[in-house]
Parts: sequence; C-alpha cells; structure tokens
Amino acid sequence: MTRIHVTVDGVAYSDEVEPRTLLVHYLRQSLGKTGTVVGCDTSNCGACTVHLDGVSVKSCNVLAVQADGHEVTTIEGLAEDGQLHPVQQAFHECHALQCGYCTPGMIMQACDVLKDNPDPTEAEIREGLEGNLCRCTGYHNIVKAVQQAAGQMRSASSGSGETADATEAAEVSA
Amino acid sequence: MTTQMFGAPIRRKEDPRLVTGGGRYLDDLGNDALAAAFVRSPHAHARVVDIDASGAVDVEGVVAIYTHEDLPGAVGEPLPLLIPHPTLTHGRTGYALAKDEVNHVGEPVVMVVATDRYVAEDACQRIRVTYEQLPVVVGIEKARDGEALVHDDVPGNVAAHMTQEVGDVEAAMARAPHHLTLDLDIERSACTPMEGKGVYARWDAERDELRMYSSTQTSTGVRAAVAAKLGLPLQKVECIAPDVGGGFGVKIMHPWPEEVLVPWAARLIGQPVKWVEDRREHFISSAHERGQLQRVTVGFDDDGRVLALDVKFWHDNGAYTPYGIIVPIITSTQLLGPYKPGAYRCEFWSLYTNTVLVTPYRGAGRPQGCFAMERTMDSIADTLGLDRAEVRARNFILPEEMPYDHGLLFQDGRPLKYDSGDFPASLAKLKALVGWDDFAAYRAAAEAEGRKVGLGIGCYVEGTGVGPYEGGHIQIETSGRVNVSTGLTSQGQGHETVFAQIVAEELGVRLEDVHVTTGDTRRMPYAVGTFASRAAVMSGNAIALAARNVRAKALRIAADALEVSPDDLEIVDGTVRVKGAPTTSISLGTVSVLSNPLRYAFDEAARAATQFAGTFDPDKPPVADDDEPGLEGKDFYSPTQATFANGMHAAIVETDPVTAEIRILRYCVIHDCGTMINPMIVEGQVHGGVAQGVGGALYERMAYDESGQLLNASFMDFLMPYASEVPTVEADHLETPSPLNPLGIKGAGEAGCIPVSAVIASAIEDAEGFPITRMPISPSELWDLRRRHAGGEVPSLHRALHRALHRAPHRAPHPGLGRPTSPATPATTPRDGSTTTAAVTKETPA
Repeated sequence: MTRIHVTVDGVAYSDEVEPRTLLVHYLRQSLGKTGTVVGCDTSNCGACTVHLDGVSVKSCNVLAVQADGHEVTTIEGLAEDGQLHPVQQAFHECHALQCGYCTPGMIMQACDVLKDNPDPTEAEIREGLEGNLCRCTGYHNIVKAVQQAAGQMRSASSGSGETADATEAAEVSA
Repeated sequence: MTTQMFGAPIRRKEDPRLVTGGGRYLDDLGNDALAAAFVRSPHAHARVVDIDASGAVDVEGVVAIYTHEDLPGAVGEPLPLLIPHPTLTHGRTGYALAKDEVNHVGEPVVMVVATDRYVAEDACQRIRVTYEQLPVVVGIEKARDGEALVHDDVPGNVAAHMTQEVGDVEAAMARAPHHLTLDLDIERSACTPMEGKGVYARWDAERDELRMYSSTQTSTGVRAAVAAKLGLPLQKVECIAPDVGGGFGVKIMHPWPEEVLVPWAARLIGQPVKWVEDRREHFISSAHERGQLQRVTVGFDDDGRVLALDVKFWHDNGAYTPYGIIVPIITSTQLLGPYKPGAYRCEFWSLYTNTVLVTPYRGAGRPQGCFAMERTMDSIADTLGLDRAEVRARNFILPEEMPYDHGLLFQDGRPLKYDSGDFPASLAKLKALVGWDDFAAYRAAAEAEGRKVGLGIGCYVEGTGVGPYEGGHIQIETSGRVNVSTGLTSQGQGHETVFAQIVAEELGVRLEDVHVTTGDTRRMPYAVGTFASRAAVMSGNAIALAARNVRAKALRIAADALEVSPDDLEIVDGTVRVKGAPTTSISLGTVSVLSNPLRYAFDEAARAATQFAGTFDPDKPPVADDDEPGLEGKDFYSPTQATFANGMHAAIVETDPVTAEIRILRYCVIHDCGTMINPMIVEGQVHGGVAQGVGGALYERMAYDESGQLLNASFMDFLMPYASEVPTVEADHLETPSPLNPLGIKGAGEAGCIPVSAVIASAIEDAEGFPITRMPISPSELWDLRRRHAGGEVPSLHRALHRALHRAPHRAPHPGLGRPTSPATPATTPRDGSTTTAAVTKETPA
C-alpha cells in the first residue's frame, strides 16, 4: 500500500492505496465519488474523464498513485455554489444527454475543449470530443450544447453578463 | 391549464442529477458488496474436461468459487427459453455456468466471489480449465452447410424454419413481365450501451427476502425469472432497475446467467454480492444482432409495381435461442415497409453458430428487412430506368387504404395490420427536404470538380407498442405531490419527463409536482418491459387512463366539498375550482386529505380528515362500499395490436475517388410517430438511432475469425462512431395519430436506425454506379469493389451506363479510379418486357 495526498473537488484527502489501483476506482470506491463512471477499460470511451491539474484525463488510464500531490476535479465538483457550470446548463437545455452515462466525461471533456479554444467551430468541437463515446444522442445535441455554452462563457467573460439561465430555468419548471 | 404540457419540448426532469454526477447506475450502488468475476471460455466450441481451482482458493480475499457442479436444482438447469414458438423446433439455451460443453467464446464457466473485483480477477487468473476442442461453426455459410454442428442434436444447425405466404407467389411471379434476384448480406453489430450489464443482490436473512438491482430493461421479468430459479415466492423477491446507462435491446434479454448467479450467491454467502460487466465481457458474453444472408426474388410490371415478392433468408442466431425467433419474425414481416406487394412469401432459417447469442438490438430485425426491400426497390427503378422515389410511390399503401391488413402474423402473434400513415405525404416532405429533384444538377456540379456524390433513399414502417400490457398508478399525497409509477424501465428515453407531461396535462397539475418511478417492482409489480418502441404507447396510455380515473375521483370529492356538480369544476395548477368562479376552489392536496378518512391527526392537513373535524352523513360509512380510501387510481392499457410508425430517410454521400473514403454530406429524416408527447425527446431518439445506423452501415462489425475468436472485442477495435463520424441530422416530422390508443401516439425509440444501411447503400451505389449488396461497407471494401467493377466482375447500374453515354467525351476518368474503358454489359435492359436474369451479383467477403 502506498499513501497518497490528493485534492479532489477542492477537498484534501490522504489515503493508503494499492499501487495498481486506478484513479477512477480510487475516486469511486474510496471517496464515493460515483459521478465518474467506467465505460470501456481501454481509454477509448472517455466516460471516466476528469481534470488532473485542470487538464482532462481518462481516469481509467491513470493510477491513483500518479495523482499523488495533484488536484483532481470531477463532474461532482464542477458546479459552484449550487449553480450549474455553463456546460452542464447547456447540456440540459439542448437535450444533450439521454441515459446520462457518458455525460460526466463528455461535460468534463467539453470544458477542456473550451478552455483551449473558447470559440470553436462545429468541426473543432467534434474533433475535440473525439475520444468520448455516446451511444444515445448521435452527438447532434452535444455539439449544439458545447456551442451554446461557448457563447455563454464568452459573453460572461467579456463582461456582458448575459445569462440565459434564468429564462431557460423558468421554462423548465413551467 | 396555464401551460400546454402534452406536445411541448419540455426539458427533462432527469437532467439535473445526471449532469452533476448524481445518477445512480448499478455500479454506483452497494459499495459494501462482495465482487463477482467469471472465468469465461476462451474457446468457441469445446468440452469442459476439468476445472482446477486449487491455485485460487488461497488468494487472500477470495470468498467463494463456483462451478456448474455447485449449482443446486433449477439454478443448475438450462436457462429459460423465454419466447417459445411452434416453428422453433430446436430451441436451445445455455446454463448459468457451463455444464460439460461451451458453445461460444465468453460463456461463463467459473464464478469467483471476493472482497473486491481486483482480487476476484486475480483468482480467476489462477483457475485452470482443461478443454477438449470441438469443430467450430462460424458464419452463416458454415452453419447452413451443416457439416459441423453447434449442438449435436440439432441437425443442419437449424433452430427454426418458418414460412409465411400471402397470395399465390408462384402464379404471380410467373405472370410478372420482369424479374430480379438479389443476394444480400448484412453483418453483425451490437447494442453496446455505454454502461454494460450489472447485478447487485442483497439477501435479508431475517425476513427471507431478496432485493436485487439489475441494469435491465425489465425488472418484472428478472424478478419472476429469479424467483423461479431460486424457488422463492414472488413476494420475497424485489427487483429494481436503477439509472440504466443505455440498453438498446440487449438488456431486455433475461435472466442473464449473472442475474441468476449473483442473487443465488448473495443468499448462500449471506452477504451482498455485485457483478459489473466490463467492456470485453459485454462483447463476448452479452448479445449481438443483425447477421443475415438474404435472397430476394421479385416480379414486377412495366411501371415498377411489385407483383410478387419471394424472400428467403438465413439468420444467424448464435449459440443459443433464449429470446426465441423474434428477430427473424420481425425481419420477415416488417420487410414490407410502406409497400403492398401483390403476393408475398418469406421463408427463413434461423441457424446456430458458435458465436455470442443473438437477441434484439434497436431495430430488431427491421434494418435487415428494410435493407432487402429497399435494395429491391432501387434495383427495380434502375432496371426500368425510373426515378427511385417514383417507384416507391407507385408501390405505397395509400392513406385511404388504412387500416391495411397484410394478412401476416406479426411478432406479437397478432395480425400485421397498419393503423395509419400517410406515405405519399412523407415522401413529398423528404424530397423537398433533401432537394431530390435538384440532385442531378448538384451531381453535375460536383462531377465538374472531380467529386463523386450519390443520393440514397430508404423507407420503413415500424410496428411499435406491442402488448400484452403496461400499467400506471397515480397517487396524490396531501401535500399535492403526485406520485406516478409504471413498471417498465428507463434507459435514457426521458420517461420521468414525458410521463409527467401526460399526468400534468390530464390531471391539471404542475410538472414539478409530478414524480415518476419506473422499473421498481415494489411500486408496480405488473409490467412487461421497455423494448419494441413500446414505452410511450403502453405506459403512456396506461398512465393517461389512470390519471383520468384520479381526476374523476378528485372532481367527485371536490364537488361534494364545494357543493357543486363535478361538471362545473376544472383543475388548474393542482387546484380544483369552479369554472368561471375560480375563488371557489380546493387544492388537490386537500382533496387527498378528504379522500382518506382519518382517526389520527398527524399534521395540520390530516386534522381536516378526522372524525370530529366536520360534517358528515351519519347514515353513510366513512368509505363508501364501492370506493377506496386515498386519492389514487390505477389502470392498464392492453391493445389488440401494435401501432405502426413510419419514416423515410435520404442521404447524400461523397466517396473519395482515390481512397474510397465515404463521407455523409447530408442526412435527412422524415419521421411519423403519431402525436408527439415531447418533440425534443422524439428528435433525440431519431438522432441517436441514425447514429447507430451510421455505425452499422459504415463502421461496426463483429470480426470473428474461423475459430470463433472475436478479434475486435473492445472499443479500440470495434469502431463505434465518435462525434467526428456522425453527420448532422436534418429532421422533420409528420404527425399521423394512431386511432388505436387514447393519446394517438406511436413508438419512436427504434425508428432512427432502421433504414440507415439501406439509405447509405443506396447513396454509395448511386455515387459509384455499381450495386452495393453487402453492409457494412468500409473504404477498403469499396475500393475492392471498384477494382472488381473495373475488371468486369461487378456489373454497372443501368443508369450509370446511361449517364456515361451522355457524359461529355472529353472528360477523362480521375487518375487512380481505374474506371473500366468498356463497362460490363448489363444483364437486363430496361423495358424489354422479357424475363431477365439478375442485375445484382453477390460479392464474396473482401
């Protein structure tokens, strides 16, 4: 067993782990962070995508010991103060999820894509999400959601402060 | 009602938990459970000679190791044959753990239970199984020749042989002025939901009760099967489907071996046990579908009308037939699509192979049937020199002919009788959407740039909402909370939202007050399951009927309380009020209080229902003889037959003149599933279906080698499309209500994927100028077809020859294309009026 110190979703943890333990299993079984799921075991589907020091990684392809001394953000740590992240909100508004199993990884990857390229074309979004599989949506609405989130994040960061959330939220609960 | 609920693109109630990581899938449950893992057969066909687990028993953390010898009574008997059929004369099912013989790679042989999955797999590695290999049957040709047998007692590997005929096919064929024969081939694919299967079971020794969770499409089915296997009263078994990460058919099969073994072991060990399928296990031990060889013979007149259609096909059912012959039955009946052949005969053989078993995958035999029919339509058009859409239109069943009875028996054992549909209107919409009539100009412009483009089309009809029944239960609490339950399960279809929309509309309550539970046998023990595009039709209508019952009861109680006639009342936003005098009102929560006469006032609301709270008639009992306490209602919907949705797709593809890469430039869909509850969700279903269809048309196949090894059993090698491969879908809808059910709805779940292989084949063929008869097709296969076409082995389409003749002579073929200098002579000529031979030849595998 090896002791690791890792910060997950803003909380510091210190645990003994087997050297062979995958990061995703450490998150799920040791920390109870089941929001990050496993879809393939071969790093092809991206369902387990998390951010390691702010960069997306497939957590089934990282050993827990490799996260020692690093910071992990999962889907469970993305919303701030009860407010959905713009990508989460856009996934809801654009019907970009059905069964929801790929969604945590897809959202984490979309965040990573938008961090590198705040104004991507449709082709750039599709290329940026190549590595995350979805079997339900045909990606159509996922691409739309990432486009919408990109627009919202750009307008938020440019200070216009326009948020479509309120009107959309009202529509949801109509 | 202030807001229209039914028919509105309401955003989903499921989403808030699923976008935040709050979903609860099977493996998110039972963190304290022991983990199961399996030793699976590495051979496709072998006798199990010896199992030596001695190296595994000492692995620290191993709790139990089981082989078939350990399985008592029914647990050790063959798994059930779920859907018997008179023509399934040689149905065979496997065992939960292999007994003596294995029939496909991946069949479970040994079960290990340990403290965690890592340890369980360590132990599996140390178990030595000795096999004696047997001859292997892989592929339909090898199954059909019958030289080697999958099951010793099944001659010719034939599980079932079935024929249905309407009209006199021989006579009609003889009278037809034109004939064609097509040999067609469709490869295997699989559902591959993002979440594999999984089972988690807890045994309560104090109460002798089992609670199990399964990532299933039928919790009631699993419950009944497990109770039967374990010899438990049904009352002592509960099964819950938690959030399920996709199904697409594979999870309607039950009980899977693990669904029997995990609860059995949990009871025996006295601790919770969980098994979660990994991706490789899903490929080699769940289920596949699609694989068929087909021979279509068609007789038609000068106008392209089909006079006789004679179809034979050979269906690969894999190693076992636990789900019966549903898939080939659907192929044989749904093949007809929107058309009315003069006479029709379909004969099929369902064959065993030493491969993973075959059970329904989204579309469930329809994509194959659609492929056969649509390839036939294209061939007729090409032979006669007619427009492909026009030939289809000439064969359509017309709206005034509805209901249209084909005279065949459908998969539910009931008549194949279309209830409604407007096929000419759908075709007109599709042609407008894709720009059908302008395509010649588009092609000419593309050709001028040295590009090859083609236009394809495919039409289908889908029987949806098959019975026998589903139920809905609605209960309104004193808080005004509306609890809705139905027994079928959810795998992403948005049932929590669409069923809530139905209840909000029917009852007059707010959407946020409605809470839907699916797939929990504690809440609704009578149910069938989610498959065959049936959930909205079956449970939607059951829930609507239940809501109408609850509404009637609420109005009756409120009318008493308000001393008005029920006819004068309406329900708006959860409040019953007098029409035109909305201040005279009573909330549904209060009606719920009044519906349940109480002795004890546990809260303020309850106080109003107690015996000294108000006036009542002392001559009447608190609950009338014909009444029940509580503001709740239940109803079931059980139709006499399926309702038939339909759709038409068109695609424009571009094929690279050098590399033969195939790109979909546009994909257009016209979809008619009757009245839509939530168009946003219907479109999502269509998008996802098309994506699966594209996967099946261009990328996905099960690459078995001759020894029965699945060579691509991972997402590394099985090419499931990413966002970079799936085109944008342009969709439009027609809403032809079903006359069969109260809501006028038809199913939508499977629709999107049904015609895609047919459409893409049609478009590639149109681009290339030679027939495409085998799907999926890869660039290398297309490249090889071009080579063979250039060599004269593959004939040209008639229209390609025609186009070539009219093409400007100065344009040289693109370098590297290898276009033949003298195209192959066609086997038929248009409108010659004589009996002709096939224009389509069968390719051998590349």
